[in-house]
Amino acid sequence: MNAPAFAVRTPSQIRWETRLWLAQRASAMVLALCVVVHLATIVLAVRGGLSAAEILARTRGSVAWLSFYALFIAAVAVHAPIGLRTIIAEWLGWRGRSLDLAAALFAVLIAAAGVRTVLGLYA
Amino acid sequence: MHSVRVWRGTGEGAFRRYEVPAAPNQTILDLVTYIQRVLDPSLSYRFACRVGMCGSCAMTVNGRPRWTCRTHVAKVAAEGEIVIAPLTNMPVVKDLAVDMRAFFDKWALAKGAFTPSDDAAADFAVVAPASPARREADAAIECIGCGVCYAACDVVAWNPDYLGPAALNRAWTLVNDVRDRGQPERLLAVAGDAGCHACHSHESCRTYCPKSLNPTASIAGLKRATARAALRGEL
Repeated sequence: MNAPAFAVRTPSQIRWETRLWLAQRASAMVLALCVVVHLATIVLAVRGGLSAAEILARTRGSVAWLSFYALFIAAVAVHAPIGLRTIIAEWLGWRGRSLDLAAALFAVLIAAAGVRTVLGLYA
Repeated sequence: MHSVRVWRGTGEGAFRRYEVPAAPNQTILDLVTYIQRVLDPSLSYRFACRVGMCGSCAMTVNGRPRWTCRTHVAKVAAEGEIVIAPLTNMPVVKDLAVDMRAFFDKWALAKGAFTPSDDAAADFAVVAPASPARREADAAIECIGCGVCYAACDVVAWNPDYLGPAALNRAWTLVNDVRDRGQPERLLAVAGDAGCHACHSHESCRTYCPKSLNPTASIAGLKRATARAALRGEL
């Protein structure tokens, strides 16, 4: 009977995965804060109904909101692709370089869409 | 009489039904032993000590991983029929015996062996029983290597490369051993997506561990230790 097969990670793979894990934990902490601020703003700041005009009146030209949502988007772009990569690997068995590439692409997509949105709110 | 369904075969196989006379204080291992000695000598299974020390008799009983020598029939018969299968997450050799090579190879991979200092002539290390590190090690040290946690773990099922709760729990006892001189290598061995960072803290290992250990807590300890090492640039 052949020995059951499992792959052993190289030290550089382990270091990279550990850093990804740290990045996901750190971005989760940022997100916890950002989501609370975001939701609290929705609940507390709405005066005349939740309208685009009211939101834009608040965010247009505001460097503070621009910085806040830039940070929010950066955290999402780091957090979501790493988590999605793990879920795909565990549930669908898709692993390796091609998955890493797809996750990186997803990060770029989130970042690009996010930057476009944030700039749209500012200017 | 107990109606007992037992897995027969390897990867391919089926459950076969046996009628086993009921007896007081009967364990699941007693049922299996009766079947093998009286009804069907071709049944393969593993056991040694019969008293919960050796960790060789673990099987899946009514869908749950258990040490069969310390599992009374009365405890599980309330669920009706008794179904006995090999442990999951390990290839079946035959009937109820599984191939535990990957399980134990991963203990070695997780640096589960003590690394002594070069100075063999040095005096005995004094480890205070009440010191925090010794308490952490104590909480995790009683593992008997039965493989129940490994069979119960979702992450092992999803990721065959994952070192698993038992190997990581063992590594945690050594991370807390102040005499050990192999820490940097050990922390590197237990980190990453096949190591402690793969754990989702489902706590199935803790739920089913027959020794009531908490490998999830040990793995959480490894996450902290490896994160600290990585942030210091030592990993």
